Amino acid sequence: MSALPVLALQLGWGTTLAIKTLIILAIIPLGALILGYTFLLKMMSHMQSRLGPMDPGGFHGWYQLVGDGLKFLQKEDIMPAQADRRVFAVAPAVVVLSTFLVFLVIPIGPDLVVKNLDVGVFYALAVSSLSVIGVLMAGWASANKYALLGALRAAAQLIAYELPLLLAVVGVVIQASTMNLQGIVLAQQNGAIFGFSGLGQPFILTQFVGFALFLVAAQAELTQTPFDMPVAESELVAGYMVEYTGFRFLFFFIGEFGTAFGFAAIAATLFLGGWAIPGVHGTWANILGPFVLFAKLMAVAFIMFWVRFTYPRLREDQLQAVAWKYLIPLGLANILLTGVFKVAF
Amino acid sequence: MPQLPKPKLPGLIGGLGVTLKTMLRPAVTVQYPHEREAPAPRARGVIALKEENCTSCMLCARQCPDWCIYIEGHKEQRPPRREGGRPRSVNVLDRFDIDYALCMYCGICVEVCPFDALFWSPEFEYSEFQIGRLLHDKVKLGEWMQTVPEPEPLEVGAESKGKK
Amino acid sequence: MSTTEARPPAFQVDRAALRHLADAQVNVELDTGDMILNLGPQHPATHGTLRLVVRLDGERVVSADPVIGYMHRGYEKLTEFRTYPQITTLINRIDWLSSFANEVPFLNAAEQLMGIEAPPRSQYIRTVLTELSRIATFLLFLGEMGLQVGALTPAFYGFRDREHILNLIEAATGGRFHPNFNRIGGLKDDLPWGWIAECRSAMKIVLDACDDFEDLVLGNEIFEARTRGIGIVPAGVGASYGVSGSNLRASGVDWDLRRDARPYLVYPELDFKVWTHPDGDSYSRYWIRLQETRESARMVLQCLDQIPAGPIMAKVPRIIKVPEGETWVETENPLGQMGYYVISKGATGPFRVKIRSASFSNVSILPWLLRGVYVPDVITILASLYFILGDIDR
Repeated sequence: MSALPVLALQLGWGTTLAIKTLIILAIIPLGALILGYTFLLKMMSHMQSRLGPMDPGGFHGWYQLVGDGLKFLQKEDIMPAQADRRVFAVAPAVVVLSTFLVFLVIPIGPDLVVKNLDVGVFYALAVSSLSVIGVLMAGWASANKYALLGALRAAAQLIAYELPLLLAVVGVVIQASTMNLQGIVLAQQNGAIFGFSGLGQPFILTQFVGFALFLVAAQAELTQTPFDMPVAESELVAGYMVEYTGFRFLFFFIGEFGTAFGFAAIAATLFLGGWAIPGVHGTWANILGPFVLFAKLMAVAFIMFWVRFTYPRLREDQLQAVAWKYLIPLGLANILLTGVFKVAF
Repeated sequence: MPQLPKPKLPGLIGGLGVTLKTMLRPAVTVQYPHEREAPAPRARGVIALKEENCTSCMLCARQCPDWCIYIEGHKEQRPPRREGGRPRSVNVLDRFDIDYALCMYCGICVEVCPFDALFWSPEFEYSEFQIGRLLHDKVKLGEWMQTVPEPEPLEVGAESKGKK
Repeated sequence: MSTTEARPPAFQVDRAALRHLADAQVNVELDTGDMILNLGPQHPATHGTLRLVVRLDGERVVSADPVIGYMHRGYEKLTEFRTYPQITTLINRIDWLSSFANEVPFLNAAEQLMGIEAPPRSQYIRTVLTELSRIATFLLFLGEMGLQVGALTPAFYGFRDREHILNLIEAATGGRFHPNFNRIGGLKDDLPWGWIAECRSAMKIVLDACDDFEDLVLGNEIFEARTRGIGIVPAGVGASYGVSGSNLRASGVDWDLRRDARPYLVYPELDFKVWTHPDGDSYSRYWIRLQETRESARMVLQCLDQIPAGPIMAKVPRIIKVPEGETWVETENPLGQMGYYVISKGATGPFRVKIRSASFSNVSILPWLLRGVYVPDVITILASLYFILGDIDR
């Protein structure tokens, strides 16, 4: 990590490292909080004709999740008697670890990225699938049949939906000719639609199939309805997380919403142009970039959570059928067409 | 093998439309305790006692399915109504308790009282922290009389007047 | 696939191995192949304290045994020592969602034994309140079946729209859930002023809500994928197990006690359609109850147009002693067919009451129905059969 010139400041190597670590550590809980409050507490409530939390913090209950987090921190650490102690303790950490690692490559400004890997996309998707291990560990170590059922369903589902996720992204990579996330954003900013360069060329216009595929696969990766068999609330009552209380459950919760934050950020970067607004470069892009990315990310998250609160859940075999029989052929067809168009135009 | 139906997008989109439409409308929540909804005048909230009407006939205590009414009384002599008559004996209530921890709010006591001594009131906010305080004695039951609403008018076509 | 053929069992049931379930204490070490899962008395999907001991092979059910009785409150014993008004209060709580409908058959039985006919105005109001409780129960069903299948929002819509019905019932009777409004010979009170207009507007809200449910749940492809072909109850099997009500009509049997059995209340004078559906699966049970909600709303509007003026209570003595005799009255409750067999020996209370509750028979089909289905389908089937624990256990 070299020294980073930010706003004409020369920061040393150590300071940069410290700042980046702090940002990564802070952004996950913050992102989880913001997503959780806006969508889970407020949007879901209004979709259900109710208000959600109103009292904590005075103004529309903004303090609710913070209070929840503090409450979880002071709870007793209960471990089932027959649980595998070390595996039980480590499993939430593995799930959250994958979330933290994803944010290493997401750019929030032309110079603001923790590590601009050349294989950014590949790295992000690879690292986000580490959570499967954590889920399996949690389900097995809980010594509970419901947890085991949930974990096995989760393993099958998460592995099955990795492929559509990848295939959706390959179309974007072909179109941008690079796996570097910063490069993909710049390709969208500087591109042109039939010669008109005012809007740039957000890949959602040409890769709409890919966008839809990515959203569906991300929904499944996050085990959100309609793909929330592993956490089927009315059957398994929290599935693989059922034996977790207190701080460990908080980890799972942060992991779930942090990963939603991460996937929404990746979708905004790959398909909507990330931090870029066409025509804005340099220092202004560095200042406005995070907010632009945040706005686009919230739009994607809105769609994801809207679907989550509306649809019932698919059964496990139907879920697998959707992945293998519909999404993967669609993804392959998308890649074929993108390749053809890329060469032809 | 279970088959997926042919993907017909309209059904899925229609569902999204319903939730979006509901989100944009105001919520129906009544934020108790900042706002309160008034219950219907006939709502069975609490039973009030008009002591001067009660003659300790024990009908309510006997008919209560849970036996939650406790009545004790004694007879007193009152002066005769007119000159040269016999002294009257009157029932005086010593104790009239209703245990709201047992009461199931069925209303049989109010209905069978032949002297109109018991009334329904829609008041419902009398929760206590100690369960013993849910035994309301006759003083407290007399205080509930202030919350008893007037008998309301009945619907078109009804024959009887509004009762309690 | 024809729905009237018997379905071949997916797995051969091993009777000897199942015998250990008889005392409801399950020894896990007995079989290493299958997993025994307790959809225990406390579970979000079992609508109360129903315990299902399910034997799983992976995700498929090998056998399922319902264990009931966790909510037994001894109603039939309680009725032996109570008078008729007191029993009316208690039987509200058998099927607590449609409590008014529980009172009607019992008091009809008492009125039959006494030879009293309730005046027409009270019959109409009884019908209106019965249909209102049917709507309330079905709105809850439409919401919570969506919940069991995974959609979070329909449940809230069900409760939200039910509030209007409950407010109506409270305005008329004083209690939202337990009206305790029927009396031998009529009703306790007449309706308050303005009730009929409010009822009409509530029915409009109900009809709109049904359209919402149709868009949100019934038209949803995922819901269809989860419920079509799941839990098919062939008509013959259903009838032999005693399944009744909407469940049987969803299997294609055109049988409604309001129209077919001995007429009660004012149903002979109302013009209503009995809905049936040829498949017997969970989707059709949802569809049927949606249509019946709409039909009930229309019936209420019809009744409100036709309510005659007059008294609401027949001439009855102050202390009611029902003469000796026995009678059986059955009605079409929201959950199915409910009946009371009342034996009276001339006292102020009955000698013996036998309660035939709908959910008890509806649940008895579960061991037959749940063989060879997946675990998520168990939840769907339980939700679609729609039983209330108070009704099963009494």
